[in-house]
Amino acid sequence: MTQEVSVEERAVPLRTEKRLAEDSFLTDDFLRQLINVGEVDILVGLPTHNNAKTVGPIVQSIQAGILRDFPRERAAIINADGGSRDGTPELVTGISIDDVRRTANLYTLRTLHSISTQYANTPASGVALRTILSAAELLRAKACVLISPESTNIKPEWLSKLLRPIYNEGFDLVTPTYRRHKFEGLLITNLLYPMIRALYGTRIREPYATELGFSGRLGGQFLGQNNWDDGTGQTGLELRLTLAAISGGCRICQSFLGEKDHVERRAADLIPALRQTVGTLFSALEADFPVWSAVAGSQPVPSNGPESEVGLEPLRINRKRLREMFSTGVAELASVFQSILSPSTLAELQRIAGLDEDDLRYPAELWVRTVYEFAVSYQKSVINRDHIIQALAPLFRGRAYTFLVENRDTSTNDVEKNIESLCLEFERLKPYLLEMWNGRK
Amino acid sequence: MRDMIVSELSQAMHELARGFAHFLPRLIVMLVLAFVGWVIAYIAKILLRSILRLIKFDRLSDNAGASQLLTKAALPSSSELLSRFVFWVAWLGFILLGVSVLGILGLQEQIARFFLFLPRLFVALFIMFFGLLAASFFSRAALLAGVNANLPSPRLLSISIRSVIIIFVLSVVFEELGLAEQTMLVTFGIAFGAVMLGLAIAFGMGGRDLARRFLETRFLRRKKEENEDELSPL
Repeated sequence: MTQEVSVEERAVPLRTEKRLAEDSFLTDDFLRQLINVGEVDILVGLPTHNNAKTVGPIVQSIQAGILRDFPRERAAIINADGGSRDGTPELVTGISIDDVRRTANLYTLRTLHSISTQYANTPASGVALRTILSAAELLRAKACVLISPESTNIKPEWLSKLLRPIYNEGFDLVTPTYRRHKFEGLLITNLLYPMIRALYGTRIREPYATELGFSGRLGGQFLGQNNWDDGTGQTGLELRLTLAAISGGCRICQSFLGEKDHVERRAADLIPALRQTVGTLFSALEADFPVWSAVAGSQPVPSNGPESEVGLEPLRINRKRLREMFSTGVAELASVFQSILSPSTLAELQRIAGLDEDDLRYPAELWVRTVYEFAVSYQKSVINRDHIIQALAPLFRGRAYTFLVENRDTSTNDVEKNIESLCLEFERLKPYLLEMWNGRK
Repeated sequence: MRDMIVSELSQAMHELARGFAHFLPRLIVMLVLAFVGWVIAYIAKILLRSILRLIKFDRLSDNAGASQLLTKAALPSSSELLSRFVFWVAWLGFILLGVSVLGILGLQEQIARFFLFLPRLFVALFIMFFGLLAASFFSRAALLAGVNANLPSPRLLSISIRSVIIIFVLSVVFEELGLAEQTMLVTFGIAFGAVMLGLAIAFGMGGRDLARRFLETRFLRRKKEENEDELSPL
C-alpha cells in the first residue's frame, strides 16, 4: 500500500544580502533549508534567470518524472536563480504537485522538496552550478541531474533516462543524445565531438550538454577540483564536468532523449558559444595534457538508445552570407592569423577564401590543422586568448558552409559517414598537434 | 726686468704644475669611475637581457606592435634595444659623475639636470610601451568585433582606433618629457579636431550614399532574414 506524504513547498528567500557561512559560500537561508531536508537520493538542479515563460512546464515534467520513476526515493529540486525579475523562483516553488498527481494518477512515498535560492543579482552559470553541486554534496545525493530551464520539450522520462544508469548501474556520468536536424549543432559535429574523441579517446556525441546526469561522487570530486575563484573556471562548466569525468576515468554512458529544442540557441550566439565550448576545451587541454597525450585511437561509450538521430527536413539557410563572412574574415584578419596559424595553413586558407561560391570547399584536413594550430596558439598565448577564440569564428563559418554544401542532398547515413570521416581526420592528425604542442614544430 | 720675467715664468710653471697635480688625481678618479661604471652597466645589461628573455618580453613587444616598428627601422629586438639603452644610460651616468668630480665650472648644473631628467625619460618610455600595447589590443578587439558583426570596413575602424590611441600616447609622452609641450598640445588638438571634422563631413556629406546603402542593406537583410531558418551552433 502506498503512503503519500504531502509536498513541502518552501517560500523563496527574499533576502538578497549574503553572508558567507563558515565552510560554505551558500547563504544562511539556503543552508537552513538544506539542513531541514536532510539527505536525498535524487537531486534535480535547475539553474534559472528570467525563465518564467518556460519554467512551469519544465518543473511539472520534473515532478512527473520523479513521481513516475522514483516514487520510493528521497528527492529534491534545487533551483539556483541568478536574480530573476519575472517571478521565476516563485513559479518553481509554487507549482503544485497535486496537479501532476491528479492528471497522471501517480503517488510518491517520500517528500519531494523544492528549494529556490538566489545566488546573485546577475546570472552566472558557474556560480549556479557550484550552488547545485554544493547542495548535492550537503544532501549526500546519490544521483543528480541538471536540467536546462529552456528545454521546452522536456519529457518526464528524461529524468529516468539520465538518472537510472547512475542510480542502478553505477555510472558516474550520463550525457544525452538527441534527434537533431543534420545542420543543427555544427560546432558540436565539426569541432567539439571529433576533437574530444581524438584527444581523450572517448566518443561522447554531446560533450556540451545542458541536460546531464552525474553521480554524487563525481559532483563532489568536481566541486573540489575545479578552480572556482579563477575567472576561466566559471564558463562552460557542463563541458568541464564531462572532461573531468573522462580524465578521472569515470564510468560514462549516453542516453537518447529524443527531439532537442532549445529556445536560447540562435546563430547570433556563435561567439559566446565558442567561448563556452572551444575556449573551455582549449584551456582544459593544458591541465589534461598527461591524460590526452597518452591516448591513441578512440572507444565508444555504452548507449541507451541510438547514438544520434538525424532529421532531414528542408531548411532555408543563407549559405551565401556564411561564405561572404568567411572570405571577408580571412582577408581582414590576415594580420591576426599570422600570429596564430602556420604560413602554409594561412596561405591555403587565403587561396580557398578567394574561390568562387561553387568551388569553395574547406577540406577536412585543412580544418583539422587549423583547429589544432589554434589550440597550440591558445596554449602559448601568442595573443590575447579571447581574441584567438573570436578569430576562429569566421573560419568556423567557412567550415559550416562546406558542411552545408557537401551534405545538402545526403541521407542520414551519408551525414553520419561524413562526420565519422572528419573524426578519423582529427585522430589521424593528432601527432601533428602533439609535435606542435611539444614545440618540435 | 729679466729676473721679473723669470720669476713670473717660474711662478706660472709652478702654478701649472700645481694645477696639474691637483687635476691628475681627479682625472684618475674619473677614469676609474668610468671603468667601474662600464663594468656595472655591462652587468646590468646582461642581467636585464636575461630577465627580459625569461619573461618573454619580445612576445609582449610583438603583441604591442613595437617589434614591427623596430624591424621597419632596422633596429634590434625590443629586449636587446632596452638592454643597450640601460647600458648606455648607466655608463653615461657614471661618466657624468666622473666629469663632475673634475670640478669644471658650469658643467655641474648640466649634469644635475641630466640626472633629474632620467626618471622622466623612464616614465615616458613606460607610457610609450604600454600605450602601444593598449593600441594594439583595442585595435585588434575592434577588428575582430567588426569582422564578426559583419560591419563594413572593419580594418578602417581598427586603424582609426589604433591611430587615435597612439596620437594620445605620443602627446602624453612629449608632455612627460617636457619637449615642445605647447607645440604638441596644439598639434594634438588640430590633428584630433581634423580627424573628427573629417569623419563628420565624410559621414554627413560625402558618405550619404554609402550610409543609405548600408542602412538599406541592413534593413533589407533583416527583412530577408526573417524568412530564413537560423542554425544553432550548439
